[in-house]
This record gives sequence, C-alpha cells and structure tokens, in this order.
Amino acid sequence: MRRRLTLVAAAAALGLALAGCGGAADTPAESAAPPSEATGNVGVFTWWADGSEKVGLDALVGVFNTDFPKLTFDNLAVAGGAGSQAKSVLAAQLKAGNPPDSFQAHAGAELQDYIDAEQLEDLSSFYADNKLTEQFPKDLVDRLTVDGKIYSVPSNIHRSNVVWANVDVLKKAGLDPAKPAENLDAWFADMDKIKAAGKTPLAVAGSWTQVQLFENVLLSSLGVDGYNGLWDGKTDWKGADVTKAIEAYKKALSYTNSDRDSLSDWAPATQLVEDGAAAYNLMGDWAEAKFAQDGKKAGVDYSYFPMPGTQGVFNFLADSFTLPVGAPNPDGAKAWLTTVGSAEGQSAFNKAKGSIPANITAKTDDFSEYQKSAIKDFSQDKIVSSLAHGAAVPVAWLNELSTAVSKFGGDGNVATLQESAAATAAKFAQ
Amino acid sequence: MFRRVKHWGPGLLLLAPTIILVGVFVYWLMFENFRVSLTNQHTAKPSNKYVGFENYTNLMADPNFQHSLWNLLILTVVFLAGTLFFGFLWAWILDKPAKGEGFFRAVYLFPMAVSFIASGVVWRWLLSSLQTDQSGGERTTGLNRLLDSVGLGFAQNDWWSNPTWGIAAIGVPAVWQLSGYVMALFLAGFRGIPEELREAARIDGCSEWKLYRHVIFPQLNPVMLSAVIIIGHMSLKLFDLIRAIVPDANTYDVQVPATMMWVKYIGSDYADAAAIGMILLVLVALVVIPYLMYTSRAEKR
Repeated sequence: MRRRLTLVAAAAALGLALAGCGGAADTPAESAAPPSEATGNVGVFTWWADGSEKVGLDALVGVFNTDFPKLTFDNLAVAGGAGSQAKSVLAAQLKAGNPPDSFQAHAGAELQDYIDAEQLEDLSSFYADNKLTEQFPKDLVDRLTVDGKIYSVPSNIHRSNVVWANVDVLKKAGLDPAKPAENLDAWFADMDKIKAAGKTPLAVAGSWTQVQLFENVLLSSLGVDGYNGLWDGKTDWKGADVTKAIEAYKKALSYTNSDRDSLSDWAPATQLVEDGAAAYNLMGDWAEAKFAQDGKKAGVDYSYFPMPGTQGVFNFLADSFTLPVGAPNPDGAKAWLTTVGSAEGQSAFNKAKGSIPANITAKTDDFSEYQKSAIKDFSQDKIVSSLAHGAAVPVAWLNELSTAVSKFGGDGNVATLQESAAATAAKFAQ
Repeated sequence: MFRRVKHWGPGLLLLAPTIILVGVFVYWLMFENFRVSLTNQHTAKPSNKYVGFENYTNLMADPNFQHSLWNLLILTVVFLAGTLFFGFLWAWILDKPAKGEGFFRAVYLFPMAVSFIASGVVWRWLLSSLQTDQSGGERTTGLNRLLDSVGLGFAQNDWWSNPTWGIAAIGVPAVWQLSGYVMALFLAGFRGIPEELREAARIDGCSEWKLYRHVIFPQLNPVMLSAVIIIGHMSLKLFDLIRAIVPDANTYDVQVPATMMWVKYIGSDYADAAAIGMILLVLVALVVIPYLMYTSRAEKR
C-alpha cells in the first residue's frame, strides 16, 4: 500500500515538474511552426451563443474549417447578460492561469484591462507576417495599438449611433421618414408629435442601453472634440455645456417607455419599434440583423439614420480576438486569428452578423443596403469610440458611470449625475 | 505518550480531511479575501499595495453604497415581517384540525421547492412596471394588468423601478417563496406543545386568547428565533432573486451590497468587491453569532 502511494506521489511530482517546464519553455509568440501545420483543438471563448451572433460565429467557423482542416474548433461560448456572464467566467479562468486559446473582447479601452494585467500576447509580428496593417483602416489600427504593440485581431466593426425608426408610426404622426431630424431639438419636436399621436416616441431598455443613449446625446450635444475630451480629460465634466447635454438626455428620457428597466436586453426595445408600439430606438447596428431575421424591409417597414446631431460621425466599437498568455495551443490560436482577419472570414462573418468587415479587402457585394451605407460612412466619417461598449474607457470607469446613469433614470437629478460623472472621471483619467 | 495518541489519533484522522478542506476552502479563502480587501487592486492590473482600511472608509462614505445598505435594510424588514406574519398565520390556521390540512400544507410549502432563479423569471413578468394609464399602456402585463382588470387600477405602481422603496417589491416574491417554510417551523412548534398543557390551561379557566398569550406563544419563542435567524441571514445574502427579476445587474434602484459586489467584481475592482464581501460577512455574523451563543447556552442548561 505504502509503495503504491509513493508511486502516485512520484508521478504527481513528475507531472508538476513537466507542467512547470512546459510553461517555461513555451513562449508562444516566438514559436516557430507556421499556423498551417498546427493540429489539435482550438478553444475559442465568446458570448455569441444565439441569434444573429451565433449565425455569424458559425459562418466564421465554416471558413476556419475549410482553411485549416487539421484543426478542430472548440466552441466555448457562454451566454447571457450582453457578455457580462462570459466576462466573469473568463476573468476567473485567466486569473487561474487557465486561458482559452483565444477569446473575444471589445477593441479599445476594454482590451487595456487585459493588457495591463499582462494576460495578452503581443501580436505585432503576427500582423507583420500576415500583412494585416495594410488590410485594416489606419484609424482602427491606431486604436488597437498600445505603446507600439497590437494585441488583438478585430473581426468586425459596429456603429452605435444609429436610430431605427418605424416607418408606419412616423407617417401616422405626420412625419416624413425620409427626412430625419437634423439636430436634437428638431428630434424632440418630432417626438412631441409622435407622443400626441399616442405612441411611445423612443424605446429604450435596461442600464446599458440607457448608457448608450446617454453617450450619443453627449456626442450630439458636445460635438466630436467635446465628446472625445470627456475621456482624455480635455473636456471639463463640470462645464456648462455638459450640464446642457445632461438636460437634453433628461428630456430624451422623458420620451421613453416607462418600463425601460424591466426590459431584459436591447432586443425587446427594438421589438417595440418593429411592432409599431414605439417610433424610435437608438441602437447599435446589430439591430439590422434582427430586422433582417424577422423579415422586415429597410425603407418599407423600418428606416435608419445617424442620431440627430451626429451626422458624419461614426461611433465605433469592434469585436476582436486575442491570443492569451499561456494559451494551450498557440499555433492553433494563430490559425484561428488568421481566419478572423482574412478577407473571406470577415465577409462570411459580417454578412450574417449585420456589422461591417474591419478588413477593407473583404468582398461586400452581397451585403445588405444598411451595411453598404455603413461601409461608406466608416471610410469617410469622423470616428469616435463608444462608451457603453468598452471602447472609450476601462470597465471600472464604465461601471461607475453606468451606476450614475441608472440612478439618474430614477431621480432625474442633473447636478448629481454631473457631479458623480466628474468625480469618476477624476478618479480614472490619467 | 503513545497511549494518548491512541486515544485521540483515530478521531483526528477521521476528521482531518474535513478540517483541511474547511480550513482551505472556507477560512483560508476568507483570509485571502480579507487580504485583497486591504490592497489597492482596483483594476485588472495586478497590484498588492496595502492601503489599510481605506477601501472600507471609502465605501462607507460612498452614497451609492449607503443606498445599497438602506435597500438591504428595507428588504430585510419586508422579508422578515412578511414571512413571519404569513408563516405564523397559516400555521395557526392549520393548527386547528381542519379538513384538507395535508393539501394546504403542500400548497403553502410548495414555493420553497422552486429556486429563486426560476421564480424570479416569473416574477420579473409579474412585477413589470408599466401601468395601463401610461403611454404604451396596452402592453401592460403582470400584477398591474391584474389590478386594472379587477377594478383596482389605482393600486398599480412601478414596483421595483423606484429608487427609494422599489426594493420592497423584491421582498414580495421572497415572502411568497419562504412563508411556507416559516409555516412549517411554526407548525412543528405548535405540534410540539403537549395537548395536556392546553387542557390544563382550559381547566384553569383560560380564555382562548389567554391560552395563546400565556401558554403557547412563550413556547414558540425558540421557533421564532430560528425563523428570524434563517430568514434574516438569507435576506442579507439575497442575490439570485434580484438578478433574476432585474435584467441589468447595475440597476441603481435595487442595488444591495451583494449585487454591488458582483458589479465591482465584473469591473475588475477586486479590492472593493472583497471589502463588500467582508462587510457582508460581518453583517451575517452579527445575525448568526447571537443565535449560536443562545443555542449553546440552551444546550448547556
């Protein structure tokens, strides 16, 4: 009995020693084998578990399987909470030193948290090997670059400042769906007419969709430079123009459905527009995929336009994939990233998800009308980073600001919101 | 020496796995949590600089955290008062031999068999804040629709979507869920009182009210105390029900320390999350320790 125990102990010790060696010798970034020769499983972690997002991921996996038949895709998707469930699971796994081969993260400030925690490999040489810098727009590459290094491969680009409208409701209220309001005041005047016609003017859902509305009212009210300054400290949060913007947000909230906090996610709010119960919904362009899936026609059933006052501005967020430090199959992960960044992969994925390809060489001939307009806008508009989607500020900052915005939804106290937003900015801004 | 080892050795050997597991997974983790709560680990970036009790003082000064404590207080009061009231009422009714007692007992106890998450999904719908006289009122569902259709339209309200009292609405499903359990406790208490005592009191000329007041209620005190402890500490830890009813974790109206801890944790603010965890631990201890002391003293007696 004792001998057997000793054996087990010895085996365990040996296993530990081997694992230790493996960890030390394997620096994935320097690994020599090309991705095409990689074998085994590639575990990819996302929160794309259903709906248009799942369809998009499946399309991407289809391309991956053709590109790399020797590799097996292992879907590690975690559903729920607009990614918050997935992020908590991921944080626990990364802390435990048990990362997946690749995981999804929003490009921009959200990625910064993982970089600061030294959980991501530098992908600069991967970009050079695959000539990706030439295939992505310069603006985007600039936003991905941190201290001269790039840590992720974007799979798509979304726009968050789009208003979706129900054509019928607008017509019945005496508005022309083809001529959206030019600025916030005109938009509020339109909403008064819709209210008079007995419909909810603006549909909104729980906390994060309110934050998204808030960020776009700020953008519309303060302009591009004023909005960007909020995140880098150049705009004073305590200023009179911010007060004015928050008052405009208060006015916008007064047009919304009173059960906003009860709606479980963005989709029920968009559904209100689809059903003709509400006129407008400010939502990212993943709403396009929902309208398409429900068989609605652009221009006939619904229309879209940039948030009034933000014409010529593209409020951007991007999903991207990473190579975590200590990934079990780094070569496989690089193969996955190759597909994610490739023109074919991006065409297949974005056609299904409703977003636009980050890779400008991707074929987009058979994309929807909205997507084509977004591609055009992205190439010529001014680009700003979305607050609600982790592009503008780190998650901790976003969280505190979200609490303040959520509180404002109840008490409507402009001064309190402004003060706490200023205090939060002072705490986090460098 | 050897004989003494022989005396306590086997017992220790038997308990060792438990001691080690509890030591590691309860006490060591508790200590580790306390350690993190003393650092300035407010972002994902690793940091182990000790700042003493600064996180605690900051939290206590934070109006959002004060609001979450206030919410916790309201929730606990509603939860406790509601379950004790209904639990006692039902037990009292069932205590008198009545037809179909088994059936009603099952009905009252049944909600406890459902998890908070599952019932929360239903209660999310029931507690929808939209009212029939508001714009979009035709979409009204749940309790507000019910109230309107039975002619009690004036009683509609926004339930949990109210920054001051909204949390009390979360207490309603919690009361629904656990009243049956408290009933079972009280029923056991009632049944534990020997029939002779009641008869003796009646022979001595006790009225029915005096019988309860002086003979039965005093004997229910231990039951009452355990009900308060169990419901009280459940209320402090209540997280799943709120998360199931309120779609967004970061909803100010119904923020309690437990949900705030989750929000901080998701935002990589590990130090604050750990500090909230410690505060919750202390609060639960404040409820549980007097009870443990009481029972150990009662056992010695």
